[in-house]
Amino acid sequence: MADVLTFTDRGIYCPAGDFYIDPWLPVDRALITHGHADHARPGMRSYLATHAAAPVMQHRLGDDARIATLDFGEVRRIGDAEVSYHPASHVPGSAQIKVTVKGESWVVSGDYKTISDGLSEPFEPVACHAFITECTFGLPVFSWTPQAVLTSQINDWWATNAAAGRFSILGAYALGKAQRLLRTVNPDIGPILTHGAIENTNDVLRAQGIALPDTIRVTPETNVKDHPGALVLATPGAMAQPWARQFGRASTAFATGWMALRGVRRRRAMDRGFVVSDHADWDGLNTAIRATGAEKVFVTHGYTGPFRRWLTDQGFDAHVVSTEYSGEPAETAEDTI
Amino acid sequence: MREFAALFARIDESTKTSVKVAALAAYFQTAPDEDKLWTVALFSGRRPKRTITATKLRVWAAEAAGLPDWLFEESYGIVGDLAETIALILPPPSGQSDEGLTHWINRIKTLSAQDEDTRRTGILAAWDVMPTAERFLFTKLLTGGFRVGVSQKLMTRALAQATGQEEAVLTHKLMGKWTPETTTWTNLIETDDPDADLSRPYPFYLAYGLDGLDELGPPSDWNAERKWDGIRGQFILRGGEHHLWSRGEDLMTDRFPELAQLRDFLPDGTVIDGEILAFADEMPLSFNALQSRIGRKTVPKKLLKEAPVILMAYDLLEHDGHDIRKLAFRTRRNRLKMLVKETPDTAPIRLSASVPFADWDALATEHDRSRELHAEGLMLKRKDSPYLAGRKRGDWWKWKVDPLTVDAVMIYAQAGHGRRANLFTDYTFAVWNGNELTPFTKAYSGLTDAEFREITAWVRKNTLQKFGPVRQVTPHHVFEIAFEGIQASPRHKSGVALRFPRMLRWRKDKPVSEANTLNDLKTMLATYG
Repeated sequence: MADVLTFTDRGIYCPAGDFYIDPWLPVDRALITHGHADHARPGMRSYLATHAAAPVMQHRLGDDARIATLDFGEVRRIGDAEVSYHPASHVPGSAQIKVTVKGESWVVSGDYKTISDGLSEPFEPVACHAFITECTFGLPVFSWTPQAVLTSQINDWWATNAAAGRFSILGAYALGKAQRLLRTVNPDIGPILTHGAIENTNDVLRAQGIALPDTIRVTPETNVKDHPGALVLATPGAMAQPWARQFGRASTAFATGWMALRGVRRRRAMDRGFVVSDHADWDGLNTAIRATGAEKVFVTHGYTGPFRRWLTDQGFDAHVVSTEYSGEPAETAEDTI
Repeated sequence: MREFAALFARIDESTKTSVKVAALAAYFQTAPDEDKLWTVALFSGRRPKRTITATKLRVWAAEAAGLPDWLFEESYGIVGDLAETIALILPPPSGQSDEGLTHWINRIKTLSAQDEDTRRTGILAAWDVMPTAERFLFTKLLTGGFRVGVSQKLMTRALAQATGQEEAVLTHKLMGKWTPETTTWTNLIETDDPDADLSRPYPFYLAYGLDGLDELGPPSDWNAERKWDGIRGQFILRGGEHHLWSRGEDLMTDRFPELAQLRDFLPDGTVIDGEILAFADEMPLSFNALQSRIGRKTVPKKLLKEAPVILMAYDLLEHDGHDIRKLAFRTRRNRLKMLVKETPDTAPIRLSASVPFADWDALATEHDRSRELHAEGLMLKRKDSPYLAGRKRGDWWKWKVDPLTVDAVMIYAQAGHGRRANLFTDYTFAVWNGNELTPFTKAYSGLTDAEFREITAWVRKNTLQKFGPVRQVTPHHVFEIAFEGIQASPRHKSGVALRFPRMLRWRKDKPVSEANTLNDLKTMLATYG
């Protein structure tokens, strides 16, 4: 039997349905797992995504992008393939895409995490024959701080700074991480200021009905001194720019899975590092893969070499696939992620 | 261990000096004496001896985590620190412990007397009652690799804040041979008796690099001498015994046995700051000659003959048993001159001669002669300056010769450790030998974090071959390599070895074809070797 999905230099391709999933070069029909820039790229003739993922994609790709939508769990027939989207818990609207041809099902995970973040639709294991998975944090050294502990860590840090009259600048990616943190922190501690790139995404998500605490967009007219002790949500790039200087001797922190590593933490030269990621940790990856019941596993981006070997040792038919997804960048400050 | 781990976290995660000092001072005000003493010891490089091999630890940790060895190794490669890797892969602790730092260090010390099974059980049990941060520190102490991102100077400042004592006095108290086993917090810090230990050195006075001659005022205020290229040392003669300390507070007495003669010629109660130099025919030998003596605990006769050393005396800190550091440099120097004058020519001591100069131009001319005299530059000392503790601005300046440089091509890259894990920071460089690139040095430092990140991204995309952790890369980038000296070396393919090589500049403007050649290096060897 022919493979349900193949791996081409444009992206993951389904011959039976003549469509691509998260392609990185222009194609006619693109099925998109979620709106991050390394998965939803410009230049496709048509896009298909979940209702919840579409607004941010439209915002980022522009009004001209043709984006069709569907519900989670809804089955669409495309050519000889049946397609359905299932929650990946990565960011709001993010999906694993299941493709079934002649009774054989393959699932593309996109990016995912298995824990609930209080924002994204909870992860749903999807039974399949072959599972194409990310492994950004596919090493046993990655184990995420429980959400409750994380919440108190961030709130304590903010409250201490607020009591000392300092701003708390927290770096986070504009889509997903920033909103997850917004719903994590205790808004009673003080005002929350946001960088424009984050507030743009907030606007889109609020318009689609996602509740977020009140935030104040920092514009050139804003006098930040009017909001002493505020939490400032900034993109990683903005933290390194003159923009951040208006907050004076603030305490700085960064929220990413890479903060689990001391070397990265020290290189970032922040006052605090919070270990929080929208990708699965080691246990999450292993649990998710086992839950699919798949015999064949393709690993895409992350620590693919060791992770494939580990899966092989565990009895899976495991392969590495080279893609152009970047996962959670450790060193570069890509604001669009 | 919780309090110590919290202190370490505060220090480790902040880049702000004020935050680090405040955290330390608070700790010194609240922690139990025995833990404070161990903290001072650890932060001044006095680590407990290693009582277990790293290999054993990684095997036991991998077993406890249920992971194959190869996956442990992969993880270690990414994390870049053994103790951290162990702390991260172990399953969450099943219990907790309120024991402090000293308790766990004592446990580590008892390991050496135990058989392997007992050690294993003990270490696994310890790991199982500690959260990640404490596990990391405990394992660091186990592997003997404990280091912290705070200088002894900052630690002393915090200690001064917490105890109300003067920083310079505390610096002096912390010098020397003590360990937490041989003293107590009360004796070391609170009792005011710096003479308790006859071998105790004074803190070294260190100079900053010269900013410019213009700000120094009248030349007549200053004494100039050569900056000799040896090992800075402090010679102590008290109670009929002598001790030789390095700047890093290593006791080097036995490595340079010829200096024992000085006991016969110098009066008791003498402390001299100077440079250990390999020296023959009234001229310093190259640093290479001294190198053969470094690291040797005992010295064969042949080597004593080939590379005899002297103490090139710079300064007198103690005279007739009195601390004279507060006297003016000119006074100290006059007394030093008298002492050295009374020793015979055969005694292994010389006074570092003053370099006379009428004006700054004349001094610049002298500076230009440095290399031919086997000196690495000039030292300028204000004639009325006291002998201070630590690196201080204003009264002493070092004026080093410009380093030698070559333009070289990067051919191999390797990831660093610790703060540099995950970044390609260690490079091998080559020069042209006909149409071939011949490797001649490695260098690790001199670039900014941003440059290291840029090269790391480039290395990932331009790897030709992997040899374990080492990547062979496309010869494309040219760097200006600076170094302090060059020597012939039969052990290296290039035939030369460099001293203190580092990257001065990333020469993005230079094509590979314009890098230097092996002949250029050989010419340098002939001139400066």
